[in-house]
Amino acid sequence: MTNIVSPVAGAVSPAAAPRRDIGIKRRYAAERRFRAYGIAAITFGVVFLILLLSTVIRNGYTAFQQTAITIPVEISEKLIDPDNKRATDPSVLIAANYPAVVRDAIVKQLGIDPSKRTEVREAAAMISKGAPIQLRNLVVANPALIGTTVNVTFLADANIDSANKGQIDLNVPEANRKVSDTQIGWMNQLKSAGAIEKQFNTGLFTSGNSSRPEAAGLGVALVGSLYLMLIVLALSLPIGVAASIYLEEFAPKNKLTDLIEVNINNLAAVPSIVYGLLGLSVFINFAGFPRSASLVGGLVLTLMTLPTIIIATRAALRAVPPSIRSAALGLGASKMQMVFHHVLPLAMPGILTGTIIGLAHALGETAPLLLIGMVAFVADIPGTPLEPSTALPVQIYMWANEAERAFVERTSGAIIVLLLFLILMNLGAILLRRRFERRW
Amino acid sequence: MTILKLSAAALVASVAFAGAAAARDQVQVAGSSTVLPYAKIVAESFGETFPDFKTPVVESGGTGAGLKEFCKGVGPDTIDIANASRKINEKEAEACKAAGVTEIQEVKIGYDGIVFATDSSNGDMKIEAKDIYKALAAEVIVDGKLVANPYKDWSEINDTLPKGPIAAYIPGSKHGTREVFEEKVMKEGCKEAGSTDVIKGLISDAKEASAKCIAVRKDGVAVDIDGDYTETLARIAANKTGVGVFGLAFYENNADKLKVATVGGVAPSTETISSGEYSVSRPLFFYVKKAHLGVIPGLKEYVNFFVADQMIGPEGPLAEYGLVAAPDAEREEIRKSVEEGKTM
Repeated sequence: MTNIVSPVAGAVSPAAAPRRDIGIKRRYAAERRFRAYGIAAITFGVVFLILLLSTVIRNGYTAFQQTAITIPVEISEKLIDPDNKRATDPSVLIAANYPAVVRDAIVKQLGIDPSKRTEVREAAAMISKGAPIQLRNLVVANPALIGTTVNVTFLADANIDSANKGQIDLNVPEANRKVSDTQIGWMNQLKSAGAIEKQFNTGLFTSGNSSRPEAAGLGVALVGSLYLMLIVLALSLPIGVAASIYLEEFAPKNKLTDLIEVNINNLAAVPSIVYGLLGLSVFINFAGFPRSASLVGGLVLTLMTLPTIIIATRAALRAVPPSIRSAALGLGASKMQMVFHHVLPLAMPGILTGTIIGLAHALGETAPLLLIGMVAFVADIPGTPLEPSTALPVQIYMWANEAERAFVERTSGAIIVLLLFLILMNLGAILLRRRFERRW
Repeated sequence: MTILKLSAAALVASVAFAGAAAARDQVQVAGSSTVLPYAKIVAESFGETFPDFKTPVVESGGTGAGLKEFCKGVGPDTIDIANASRKINEKEAEACKAAGVTEIQEVKIGYDGIVFATDSSNGDMKIEAKDIYKALAAEVIVDGKLVANPYKDWSEINDTLPKGPIAAYIPGSKHGTREVFEEKVMKEGCKEAGSTDVIKGLISDAKEASAKCIAVRKDGVAVDIDGDYTETLARIAANKTGVGVFGLAFYENNADKLKVATVGGVAPSTETISSGEYSVSRPLFFYVKKAHLGVIPGLKEYVNFFVADQMIGPEGPLAEYGLVAAPDAEREEIRKSVEEGKTM
């Protein structure tokens, strides 16, 4: 029977105070609008992320496979060592006519008349130009192979590889594409004979850069990036943490420390190319370090990441409650013991996260490396950080500028590798944070 | 003073580290991005042919940047070779001299054609240097007066050209290609159009007058591309009626996506460029520091290997990539001057 909105309200209304307008409708609407903005922002980001990832993966996944041709090769003594001098003069084996050996092998496999020179040349062009070198290394390592016939797996030429992956539009007039109809015919012939197949592209991870797309790999860039990361980690973590502990826990608060703080914050926002200029003039021109070496790159990137690490570390130190410090001091710990036994362990998750984010930033940087000569063609994998090398983002940049079509998939393939590394590093950051996190 | 101690220790450690490898055992090259692909092919083959030497390191970054690095001085901490898509200019040569780089060997490796191309979906395009000049000059002669370029459509310039807005992607000024474009296309076109004399009549200062001929319009119709040809290609893919400037080698590698324009009725190809019929071409060079020959291991061998016919000859891998080989007699000449160690 109790009806609250009963006529009573209407009857008494002139006397009752008007209901206070707390704007509930307006506030709910505002909240709904804000949520919608938030969802729109996230959708916007996710759409672009998906767009980026799908483009990169669609273009790049094929780079992890490479077409290889396996054919019987007759390593004839007549072509390699006609005068039988290899016992006395091993250099004969290095200078021998391996291109002819490879050419004869593919010509024989395809059943081409060796007197038709244009056809022979076209057939030989189907195999990577690195094949003679591969054969040379095989023979030099094992001279007993001379005079025998062995099955050798060669990389196919980049254009044949693209054709095999269906990346070449065969409707384009023959003169305007890099693969002729005859070569496509031969490719299919080899395919039906089982001599041509797609393999996992180990060369992508182990070979250095090459002017031949099929042989180009990330080996130098991976090793270079590894050196860079090790140098940055070894230098910037201790320097950065020491600087922040001093500034946060020991330094007096005066004009000088304020100035330092402002400077550190400013340095974090300086464009990275400026650090490249600095590195060029200080490390190369003044200190005389070798050009293109990952040591110089590492030093430059250390300078670049230091402010990031210092800022993150100081924030982490500041987040440790003062009660912990007071308790430690109250129990008779020295200031140093207080920092290293109590404050630092609690600040560790924040410090590690900051460091790894700084490292990931350094891993993706190209601009400062340009000026110190690391944007270069480097074919030999560096044995030490003093030898010339490149880095992953540099390799991506250089491949993106190549004229050959086959580098397109490699560029995206390299981006995938770089993204995987970044994901791994960020995962590492999360795991470390979980591991060290403590509650108080 | 933890920071100071730590950074001092780090510095000392790295200096000790660097001292171990003061002498360089690897040839270092820097310079033109046009020459880069050729230098890469040679460097790679060199490393494979001479297992005793390390593969030379080839930096890219442009002719100007390369020559600047080259002219920094003599010694293992400076580069040995600068690749260039144009001749070294007076200013650079002076900077070299001032830094003690007095003996420089100039080595020509062949020729590169510069082509105009549009998206492959377009019809055939026949252009003349004067069309390009009229389309892209900052100021042109109209009724005997020098006015800001009024042309917006190709058909306004020449009836035979396809109807469509003018849009051109030309190399930016950091590229050596830009200079060739100005010299061989803009300047020639200016002359062909009969504007050179008119401009000379209007402007008394000879230097200023010739600068008017090669000045490119800045109203957004001609876009400077400071990146590489891949960027030009992307611009053309986005704007199908745009005309881009490419190197012959790049065009040949992307012939399925591009339609090349004839200049003066001649289609660019290795044959027409080496015979001189196709006029828009330029020689490519590299410069060698003579003081480093015999000091840096492999440098002499690399230079000799580069100029051998198995590299720069018409059957070599460079020609296959798109380099226009120099005529037989000229290659002989190049090798002779390298052999004699002729300096500039």
